[in-house]
Amino acid sequence: MTATVVRKRSALTKGQLPKFAPYIVLAVALVVAAAIMALIGFNAFGWGIVAAILFAVGLVSWSGAVEGARKAKDKLATCLVVGAFLIALLPLISVIVTVLINGIPGLITPGFLGTSMNGVTGAFDNKAAEEGAPVLGGIYHALMGTIQITLLATVISVPVGLLTSIYLVEYGNDRPLARAITFFVDVMTGIPSIVAGLFAAAFFFAIVGPGTKTGAVAAVALSVLMIPVVVRSSEEMLKIVPNELREASYALGVRKWRTITKVVIPTAISGIASGVTLAIARVIGETAPILVTAGFATTINNNVFGGWMASLPTFIYTQILNPTSPSNPGPSDQRAWGAALVLIILVMLLNLGARLIARMFAPKTGR
Amino acid sequence: MSKRIDVKDLNVYYGNFLAVEDVNINIQAKSVTAFIGPSGCGKSTFLRTLNRMHEVLPGARVEGEVLLDGDNLYGPGVDPVTVRTQVGMVFQRPNPFPTMSIRDNVLAGVKLNNKKISKGAADALVEKSLVGANLWNEVKDRLDKPGSGLSGGQQQRLCIARAIAVEPQVILMDEPCSALDPISTLAVEDLINELKDQYTVVIVTHNMQQAARVSDKTAFFNIAGTGKPGKLIEFADTTSIFNNPSQKATEDYVSGRFG
Amino acid sequence: MTTNSLTTSQGAGRAGDKVFSGAAMAAGCLILAVLFGVALFLVVQAIPALTAPAADIQGGHGFFAYIAPIVVGTLIAAVIALVIATPVAIGVALFISHYAPRRLAAGLGYVVDLLAAIPSVVYGAWGAAFLAKEISPAYDWLATYLGWIPIFEGPASATGKTILTAGIVLSVMVLPIITSLSREIFLQTPKLHEEAALALGATRWEMIKMAVLPFGRPGIISAIMLGLGRALGETMAVALVLSSGVLTASLIQSGNQTIAAEIALNFPEASGLKVNTLIAAGLVLFVITLGVNMIARWIITRHKEFSGAN
Repeated sequence: MTATVVRKRSALTKGQLPKFAPYIVLAVALVVAAAIMALIGFNAFGWGIVAAILFAVGLVSWSGAVEGARKAKDKLATCLVVGAFLIALLPLISVIVTVLINGIPGLITPGFLGTSMNGVTGAFDNKAAEEGAPVLGGIYHALMGTIQITLLATVISVPVGLLTSIYLVEYGNDRPLARAITFFVDVMTGIPSIVAGLFAAAFFFAIVGPGTKTGAVAAVALSVLMIPVVVRSSEEMLKIVPNELREASYALGVRKWRTITKVVIPTAISGIASGVTLAIARVIGETAPILVTAGFATTINNNVFGGWMASLPTFIYTQILNPTSPSNPGPSDQRAWGAALVLIILVMLLNLGARLIARMFAPKTGR
Repeated sequence: MSKRIDVKDLNVYYGNFLAVEDVNINIQAKSVTAFIGPSGCGKSTFLRTLNRMHEVLPGARVEGEVLLDGDNLYGPGVDPVTVRTQVGMVFQRPNPFPTMSIRDNVLAGVKLNNKKISKGAADALVEKSLVGANLWNEVKDRLDKPGSGLSGGQQQRLCIARAIAVEPQVILMDEPCSALDPISTLAVEDLINELKDQYTVVIVTHNMQQAARVSDKTAFFNIAGTGKPGKLIEFADTTSIFNNPSQKATEDYVSGRFG
Repeated sequence: MTTNSLTTSQGAGRAGDKVFSGAAMAAGCLILAVLFGVALFLVVQAIPALTAPAADIQGGHGFFAYIAPIVVGTLIAAVIALVIATPVAIGVALFISHYAPRRLAAGLGYVVDLLAAIPSVVYGAWGAAFLAKEISPAYDWLATYLGWIPIFEGPASATGKTILTAGIVLSVMVLPIITSLSREIFLQTPKLHEEAALALGATRWEMIKMAVLPFGRPGIISAIMLGLGRALGETMAVALVLSSGVLTASLIQSGNQTIAAEIALNFPEASGLKVNTLIAAGLVLFVITLGVNMIARWIITRHKEFSGAN
C-alpha cells in the first residue's frame, strides 16, 4: 500500500502521439504553407489547400514514425475523410457567397419584386449600363408564374401521391400491383426533369394541338417529378404509424376508410406535410421542364390555362443566356442574380418550413 | 346488455397453416372467461376470431361458426364492422389515439363512425364510460389533455373506457395487463370484476394468478409442438381448473411443471 | 333463428370503403399509366424524326448521326461528374456516419442536404459566372504541362466554359445523392460486425474496411448508379456552363454537347420536324436513364432480400 509506483505515463499510452500533436502539425503546416504561398504569390484558397496537404503528410509521417504503419494508415484515412467533407463544403459556401454578392444589388433595386419585364427593352439596359440610369424591370411576373405553376402542380400531385401511398401501405399487401407501383415510383424518381417536360409537351401537343405552351402544361410536367417524391415520403410516414392504432380503431367498429382518414392520416400528418413541402422545394427550382412547356413571357399572365408564362428559374436562365441587351448584359445579369437570390430564399424557407411543420404538428405528448 | 358466445367446430388458418384446431366452447353472458396456455398456443388468435379482428392480419381465415346469441358472426352478409361494434376489444399494449384528447379518445368510436351526438349526450357518455372504467376521478380535470400523457395503467383503462363507450355486448381483452406495473394491474383487475355485471368479458392472460383472481371460467389451450395446431384442452370453472383439473396437461401447466 | 341480426348493415359505410379503396388503387394505376404515357407519347412524337429522310434531320445525315455525338457527350460529362463525386461523396458519408461527433452528425447531414436543395439553374449560373472564370488558369496549366494527353490537349478555352467545368458542376449536384444513400447504408452496418472488428484491436479505418465497406458495397454501387442517372439527365448545369460544339476529345476546349442541354437550348424555338427530332433525343435520354435507374433499383432490392435487414 505504501510504495505505489509513480509513473508519468501509463503503459496503455505508450507509443502514442500526444493529444496535442495534431495542433502542432496544423500550426507548422499553416506557417510553412504561408511561406510557400508568399514565394509564388499569395491567395487564401491556395494557402488552405497547401496547408491541408502539408498537415496530412506531416501528421501521417510523424504517426508512422512513432506509432507504426497501422496507426499511420488510420490517421491518413481520417485526414482523407475529413478532407472530403471540407471539399464538399467548398461549393456550397462558394455558391451561397456568389449568389449573395451578385444578388443583393438586384434585390434592393426599387421595383424589382413589384414590376415585370413588360416594355423593358435593350435600350433601357444600355442606358443603365452606359449612363448609370437605374436598372428597370423586375421579377413580379416570374414570381407569380412560379407560384401559380407550383401551386397547380401541388394540387395535382398531393392527392395522387397521397392516395397511392395509402394504396401501397393500407391495401397493397405486397400484391403484384403494389410491387409494380413501388418499383416504377422508384424508377420515376430518376426521370430526367427535361424528359418530364418533353412528356407534358408531347402530351398536350397530341391532345390540344402542336405548340401548346401554358402554365398548366408546366404544372403537369412538374407533377410527374413531384408525385414520386410525395409517394415515397408519405409511404414512409404511413408505415411508421403503429398498427396498434389501426387495430384499436377497427375494434371500435370503425370502417377501414374512416380509420385511414381519421386515425392514420392525422397521426402521420406532420410527416406527410413536411414531405410535401420538401417536394415543393424540389420542383420550385426546376428549370428545364418549364423551359419546354411554358415558354418565356415578359408580362404578367395570371391564367395558367392560356398563354406563355414566366417562372423564376426560366427567368434566370433566359436573362443569362439571352440578355435583354446583347451588348450590355450587366443589367440582365443583375436581374438574374437577384432572381436567383429570391429563388434560393424561397427554397430555404420551404426547407425550414418543412422542419417546422414536422415539429409543430407532431402528435402531442406530455401531461 | 350482454350476449353469450357459442363456438362450434372452429378452425383458424394462416394461409395453409392450421393455427387453431376444432374449438368448441360456450361462453356465458355476464361472466369473465379466461384463456390460459403457453405462448404460441393460439389463444390470442382464437380471441381475435370472436370479433373477426383476425381478418386484419394478412392470410388469416376461419372455418366453423361463432354464434353471438345465436347469430353467426361468419354468416353470409355479415359485416365485420357490425360485429366489432357488438364485440369490443382491448389490446396488450395501451393504444390511445395520440392525436386525440382524453375526451375524444372516449368518444372515438362514436365520432370516427360520424354519428351525430349532442354535446350534452357526449358529455354524459364520456363521464359514464370513464366512471365505468374507474378513471373518471383521475382525469375529470384534464379531459382536453392528450391521452398519451397518462400513465400506462391509466392509458389501458382509457382504452377500456373507449371500448365500453361503443356499448358493446362483449369485451375481449388480449393480455391487458402484460405491459403494466403491479399497481396498475390491480386497478385493471378490479375493473374487470365490475365489468362482468354488465358485459361478457373474455380475457387472454399469461398470468395464472390473474386468471384465478378475475375469472369465473377458464379455458386451457395447448400446443403439441412447433408447427402443430393449438387446441382447447379443457374448459371448466376456474376453481376446478386450478384445483382438480381433469386433464394431465392442464394439471402440469397450472402446477408449473411446464410452460 | 332465421334472420341474423348482424347482417343489418349501417347504410353508406360499405360504399365508402369501396369508393376509398377504389380511389387509392386508381391513383396507383394512374402513376403506372403516366409512366407508360411518358414512353408512349415520346415514341409517338419521335416517330416522324426516326422515319424522316436523312437529309431533313439537322446535320443532314439522319437521326443516328445527329444523336450519336451528343450521347457520347452526355456520357463524358456524366463520367467526369462521377469520377469526381464518388470518392468525395463516400468520404463525406463516412465522415457523417462514423467520424463526426454524434451530436453534430444530424446537423452535418442537413448541411449536405442543402447542397441538394439549391436549384440547378443556380448551380448553372454559378458555374458559368464564377467557376469557369476561376478555373481557366488551371486549364492553361493542364494544356501546357499535360497537353500530350489527348483529353488535356490545348489550346485551353479562354472562358473556361468546357465540358470539364460542366462535369465539375454536375459532380457537385450528384454529390448529395450519392452521399445520402451511402450514409444510410453505412449507418445500417450491423453494430455487432463493427464491435467485433474493434474488439479484435482494429483501428477505426481497419474496422471500416473490414465491416462497413463490404456491407455497404451494393448500396454504394446503386448510389453511384442513381448519381449517374441524375448526371445523365441534368440540364441546366450543362446548358449554362458549356459553350457547346462538335464532339471533341479534349475536355478543356469548348465543344461537346449533352442531350438534355441540346433539348433545352433548342426546344423553345423549334418547330416542325425539329420538335420531333428533339423529342426523339429525349426518348433516347429517357431510355438510357431508365436503364441505369432500373439496374440501380434492382441492386438495392436484391440487396434488401439477401441482407435480411428488413
